Amino acid sequence: MKFGIVTFPGSNCDYDAYRAVVDQLRAEATYLWHKTEDLEGVDVVVLPGGFSYGDYLRAGAIARFSPIMRQVVEHARRGGPVLAICNGFQIACEAGLLPGALVRNAGMRFVSDAVHLRVENAGTLFTSGYEQGAVLRIPIAHGEGRYVADSTTIGRLEDDDRIVFRYCDPAGAVTGDANPNGSMRGIAGIVSDEGNVLGMMPHPERAVDPLLGPPDGLPLFESLLARMAV
Amino acid sequence: MTMVAPRPGDPRITSALVAEHGLTDDEFQRLVRMLGREPTFTELGIISALWSEHCSYKHSRSLLKTLPTEGPQVLQGPGENAGVVSVGDGLAVAFKIESHNHPSAVEPYQGAATGVGGILRDVFTMGARPIAMLNSLRFGSLDNARVRYLFAGVVKGIGDYGNCVGIPTVAGEIVFDDAYETNPLVNAMCVGVMKESELITAKAEGIGNPIIAVGARTGRDGIHGASFASEDLSEASDAKRPRVQVGDPFTEKLLLEASLELIRSGHIVAIQDMGAAGLTSSSAEMAERGEVGVTIDVSKVPVREEGMTPYEILLSESQERMLVVAKRGHEDAVSEILTRWDLTAAVIGEVIAEPVYRVTEGDTVVAEFPGSRLVTDCPRYSPEARESDEIVRLRATDVAGVPELPEEKDPLWTLERMLSSPTIASKAWAYRQYDSTVRTNTVIGPGGDAAVLRLRASNRAIAVKTDCNGRYVYLSPRNGARAAVCEAARNVACTGARPLAITNCLNFGNPKRPENFFQLSEAIAGIGEACRALDTPVTGGNVSLYNESPSGAVYPTPVIGMLGLIDDVAHVTPATWSVDDDVIVLLGEILGEPADGLGGSEYLARIHGIVAGAPPKCDADLERDTIACLLECIRGGHVRSAHDCSDGGLGVALAECAVADRSALVGAEINVSAWHDVPLRELLYNEAQARIVITAPESSLGEIARIAVKHRVAPMMIGRVRAGSRSLEIKHGKNRTLVAPLERLAAAYHDAIPAIMEASIESAAVLEQAAVTTV
Repeated sequence: MKFGIVTFPGSNCDYDAYRAVVDQLRAEATYLWHKTEDLEGVDVVVLPGGFSYGDYLRAGAIARFSPIMRQVVEHARRGGPVLAICNGFQIACEAGLLPGALVRNAGMRFVSDAVHLRVENAGTLFTSGYEQGAVLRIPIAHGEGRYVADSTTIGRLEDDDRIVFRYCDPAGAVTGDANPNGSMRGIAGIVSDEGNVLGMMPHPERAVDPLLGPPDGLPLFESLLARMAV
Repeated sequence: MTMVAPRPGDPRITSALVAEHGLTDDEFQRLVRMLGREPTFTELGIISALWSEHCSYKHSRSLLKTLPTEGPQVLQGPGENAGVVSVGDGLAVAFKIESHNHPSAVEPYQGAATGVGGILRDVFTMGARPIAMLNSLRFGSLDNARVRYLFAGVVKGIGDYGNCVGIPTVAGEIVFDDAYETNPLVNAMCVGVMKESELITAKAEGIGNPIIAVGARTGRDGIHGASFASEDLSEASDAKRPRVQVGDPFTEKLLLEASLELIRSGHIVAIQDMGAAGLTSSSAEMAERGEVGVTIDVSKVPVREEGMTPYEILLSESQERMLVVAKRGHEDAVSEILTRWDLTAAVIGEVIAEPVYRVTEGDTVVAEFPGSRLVTDCPRYSPEARESDEIVRLRATDVAGVPELPEEKDPLWTLERMLSSPTIASKAWAYRQYDSTVRTNTVIGPGGDAAVLRLRASNRAIAVKTDCNGRYVYLSPRNGARAAVCEAARNVACTGARPLAITNCLNFGNPKRPENFFQLSEAIAGIGEACRALDTPVTGGNVSLYNESPSGAVYPTPVIGMLGLIDDVAHVTPATWSVDDDVIVLLGEILGEPADGLGGSEYLARIHGIVAGAPPKCDADLERDTIACLLECIRGGHVRSAHDCSDGGLGVALAECAVADRSALVGAEINVSAWHDVPLRELLYNEAQARIVITAPESSLGEIARIAVKHRVAPMMIGRVRAGSRSLEIKHGKNRTLVAPLERLAAAYHDAIPAIMEASIESAAVLEQAAVTTV
């Protein structure tokens, strides 16, 4: 079981994802340079957070053209798991791996905080380690994290149970006040049609070590490990 | 001696041109004597930058020499890009603070952003990977529209740059006072970690080694930024906006990764940021440190636009550029690493044996200085120092008799008013815009007494904080500077860290005014006294003079950046209360002493608009003992929380322990009836130093008392945590109890700044502006 963490120019959470996998999950991980076309046989691809190409044009818009993305898309088509976090989520949307888009936060400002998330679907490849409806506390740090999609797409996401996490208050209620960026329906994370690509704005890789806070992100990695080991 | 002739098209050297370059007649004569001839225009530009206060420290160097800079922990003291301190387990920490005040006064977004970029480069050029940023900010009153614009712009600039590079911004301070209205202070500090063996210095060595320009191309931005930073702000300063550089954090991130890779590769011998005064100062300083000559060919420097003159290329402060001395024959290997990161490299010069600093344009020599004299021959000044009569009078003012306002009959009104003072209130509005958790080392982030970052591959952690109360330094410079060091030390100690070393950023007014130079020399003396008492050597820093505008100088503000070390992460201690029935103990200076008083306090400034009186006396020995006592109690496992008393005194400290974490408000019963003859406002709001509020289980009281006696410190039990209570109760004698509902205190503390900024059109304007800048 091996995780491949893609490094684009400007990625800055690749290191955190690597440490989470190696130090906390005790699994194997390798960095995949964006100019390579070789996934080195990894089982899970992580598209990490950061500011690929400075996000100067539009978050994720240039990274999707990196050579490695052809292989990542191919890997996803074959059913391989892709964990796309923050800037990785933006890249995954730009690359067509996930529907919808991430636009500037409703408050216009960058928001860094520890927020609460409710697990909406504990049946995915990424969430089987959680209880359905569990409330997690996970850091966010983004300026363009407001999830938007047309009403047909939102309807399908809802109907197919593909909304995996929503922003909520500490008691688990999805409210406007608990939504840090104005995402539609409080959406914090979704999976692809086949369920093998997860995109989320919060950073589970920053919530794996009890020294730094509640390790509520660790079960996400453990879910992957458990499922892939089968 | 080579022939150096004026370049066609250069302006003639006239006394007006010399004055425009900020050189006095004496300094110009000094230059002529050094060269043995009239300088060329290019040479005049070089000297103007290198002899600016910003680069040369010509007014402060003799004072800085008095500071303690040595200790077994110091691996690299002042004089390099950043100081480096050993933290055990073979690890070292590089850290430094620097000002970007004047650029931020005219262009807050880019001014602050490029300040962050510059200090980052200073740290990673030592071989350290940056792991944290701090910011020490001073603005005028938020009642002023332009101040709101400056505040919003600076915060966004800091956030956008640090967030993009991926370095967490973890701590700092923000103070609002009219003294900073036209001249804000923006000081950025960076902290990096490396193995001791990876330390590299910026010393040019090895005759024949190539000098390589790396990173962004050189443009016409920021020319004479260093000299701009070395003059008073004026109406005309707005016209100097083009001297402010423009930052590109994406390139910085690439440069960071490439530089660390270069340093670890063994292909280079030295690396330095092209910061203030750009190519000129970086090349001259590297040559001076290595005691070698250099020659630079400006025609080989990659430029952004055609037709740039040697003068412009040498003095440009275009950002995200580095100067590297590589090993001869390793040029291709260097280039290969940079190409991988999509960066360019160009060989632009060479280390030479001839003791000369030479600049050519192709084959033509356009500037030449003997040896390293352009750095070492800089003039030194010790101007007159005399305290202002006005300040002597202010300090002598008896403030005990200031009558209470009618509203103060309700002590809850006063406490809420204190907590909602923007200087005291929660700064979450700002730090929510800073990524504080990237790189997953942040054990305690913004909002605590100090930030705590774990050191990987070790059981240790470091604590970092910046501090300075400019009002104290204004009223009593030596005592105030001592207090700045001690407060920073107290803050890191509250998290469980032993204070280890400091960096400082000395923000003062024009040194040619005797009252300003008095403040500078007294403050440096005070820093020295405190650093000796606490055994925290000075490892470097930055001097920013000329912080004044037509309305006067800023408060003298020597900001201290403190580094502390926690030997075991199990000792990391939070500031807020949590456990019911814990006892609340005050360590340090005892309550109700004659030292108490309201001089220089936030209470007088906030409630009465008065800045006067003698600020609290800072006894560095008592501070050291109090810190030692606290740390022994923490290591013994007796302390559940620790928070120091500073702005707003004991009253504010207690309220912060109760409500600083809004998601977990915790009440308490405090009893200070024993001091019922001291007026409540003095008891709560005097800012006596060396005081720390701790909580502990009752079973630890005996041990705490024993440890305190050993350190000659008085422990005073003043109350108990009441986790179920919805209020903070302070009993001050029979039938005199202040009952403060936690919700109200929390609202005062947490909503004050958002209420001002979210309703502010200036704040919204910054968002528009920044959006344009980054697209």
